[in-house]
Amino acid sequence: MTNLTEARTMQLSDLSSVEPTPADRAPTWLRELAQRAIARFSEMGLPTTRDEQWRLTSIKSIASTLFRVPEELPANIDATVLERFDMPGLEGPKLVFINGLFAPNLSDLGALPDGVRLMPLTEAFNELSDELELHLGRYADIEKDAFTALNTGSFREGVFVHVPNGVKLEKPIRILNVSDARGEPIITNPRNLIVGGDESEFAVIEDYVSTGQDVHFTNAVTEVVVGARANVSHYLIERESEKAFNISTLQIQQEEESNFSSHTVLLGGALVRNNVRPVLNGERCDSLLNGLYLPAKKQHMDNHMLVHHARPNCDSRQFYIGVLDDDATAVFSGRIIVDQIAQKTDAKQHSGNLLLTDRARINTHPQLEIYADDVKCTHGATIGQLDADAIFYLRARGLSQEAARGMLIHAFAMESLERMQIDAVKDFIEQELLKRLPEGKSTKKSL
Amino acid sequence: MTTPILEIKNLHVSIEGEEILRGLDLTINAGEVHSIMGPNGSGKSTLANIIAGRDEYEITNGTVQYKGEDLLEMEPDERAAAGVFLAFQYPVEIPGVRTTQFLRASVNAIREARGEPELDAMEALTLFREKMKLVEMPEDLLKRNVNEGFSGGEKKRHEIFQMAVLDPALCVLDETDSGLDIDALKVVAHGVNTMRSAERGFLVITHYQRLLDYIVPDYVHVLVDGRIVKSGGKELALELEEKGYGWVEKEPATV
Repeated sequence: MTNLTEARTMQLSDLSSVEPTPADRAPTWLRELAQRAIARFSEMGLPTTRDEQWRLTSIKSIASTLFRVPEELPANIDATVLERFDMPGLEGPKLVFINGLFAPNLSDLGALPDGVRLMPLTEAFNELSDELELHLGRYADIEKDAFTALNTGSFREGVFVHVPNGVKLEKPIRILNVSDARGEPIITNPRNLIVGGDESEFAVIEDYVSTGQDVHFTNAVTEVVVGARANVSHYLIERESEKAFNISTLQIQQEEESNFSSHTVLLGGALVRNNVRPVLNGERCDSLLNGLYLPAKKQHMDNHMLVHHARPNCDSRQFYIGVLDDDATAVFSGRIIVDQIAQKTDAKQHSGNLLLTDRARINTHPQLEIYADDVKCTHGATIGQLDADAIFYLRARGLSQEAARGMLIHAFAMESLERMQIDAVKDFIEQELLKRLPEGKSTKKSL
Repeated sequence: MTTPILEIKNLHVSIEGEEILRGLDLTINAGEVHSIMGPNGSGKSTLANIIAGRDEYEITNGTVQYKGEDLLEMEPDERAAAGVFLAFQYPVEIPGVRTTQFLRASVNAIREARGEPELDAMEALTLFREKMKLVEMPEDLLKRNVNEGFSGGEKKRHEIFQMAVLDPALCVLDETDSGLDIDALKVVAHGVNTMRSAERGFLVITHYQRLLDYIVPDYVHVLVDGRIVKSGGKELALELEEKGYGWVEKEPATV
């Protein structure tokens, strides 16, 4: 508190307040990358709603907020504070970050198979700099994406995961990102690099939470490399404060015959932008983008998928499901690019939406750019309200109006949960879903 | 004299300004099976929906009492809890909801309303298995989503099966015979006949006399143009079959 006046701040609408700030002990190549990224950020400026990719999401409220850049771990957070963010039954290595900084005392890496690297990103700077340089910033786009550029130029910390060839992790790696804003808006730029060797198999969970109902901004970028014949899953759970801003970009590079799944669950945040961008860069890859978003009140949740088929014979699947309550708004944009070389592409996309009020708004649109001639691309979107006939049928069998609605909403959202592989995550999300249902208790009883 | 299970007096019902029921009277006592027959558009399904509590109708006149209480004041789920059951003409498919989950929710909602302890998963399954035998319903239907992908026959068996599980006092069957072949019809009728008792009343709505060969009613009423124009015993159904609805439409109403 004594050196509050010296605390670094950032207001994105004032580009001069955004400077390259490479993480401590960053190697030269990373310092240069940070310089380039911020230079590019300054050239581009922030996107506006005149930008096609941001047409339906205004970031004015982010741009005009003065954020503090946290430099130290808050002293007041201990394990008991974090208990309420537990997911019952979830085992495996856990890395905890408070305000974007690694909290070693709250983390537990556990025992890992030989050769597996799992550490805070900055710890990899010394010995593993060459390996980082091979991947970090190679996939996520600083040229066209201002928020990725901002993250690349100013991240403090993140996670580095490398699972070597042929290694399988039985338990998922959980990254818990805690924002503890205490009434003063903070910005964090978590940056993760996940490298799966050939035939490796593992899952990573990124879990975003807030300690209070404060304004803060999480601008996260995760790059994932999925080696040949590897099987990698990624979970993103956004459950931050209802005043938080969250922009998350997941950039995936898939090699031949690899299998990648992205599971996204958006519960919290005032303004959330979820970018998922797999590049199917080897033949016969499978890519699954599974999402569930449950905005209520005045929450805005924007899901932007960009699936790039760069090689032949790959399958991609996008299944995004939204349940919108109150005055919530949401976007689903599913862009599929099929290169000329990517023959026999099979790309499917489905956006399903349930509007619980006549004030909730969803905007869903596919964008297909197909340059190959022998491909299967399908897309579909549904926007509807609860089926009045189904509600009456349930009520005629004794369920109250609220219990009937709850049962139908639950069924609608479960389609997404059933695609997930980790039971503890599924169970946790189902409980969160039930809490949000009308008369959740009686619905729960019948399950 | 005991209170009738269902007592409808001078019921007038409209939908979107068009009058569908125009002064309908009907009394069903415990132990009785009544059948309502009538041509398409006569108001048969409207009557069934009104009893179950669908809300898109406007009731412009008349009363409906269930065991002496004003049925029209009750919510659909309150009616179900009180013992009113409608076997739907078109059972609704509910994606994502398993039949067992649906049935347990239903049984327990009704048990809760009646102040009875809820059934756990095993107790519920035991009950379901016992009642399934009644309509020869294959057990794998329990694992499927409610009515989703069920054949026409399976849907109707499922309705009668639910009726057996919920043990209602008033059973309304809305064209349960439609879409059934003769074998399925016999199975469904057997289920219904097994449930006939001195405490229960039935209202069997049908377009065709065929169902009444298997579920033999105590009373037959002919509904034409929103009114009961003729009432009689089971032989009335046969007469209708022979002479067609044109025959009663020409006759003056019998009260």
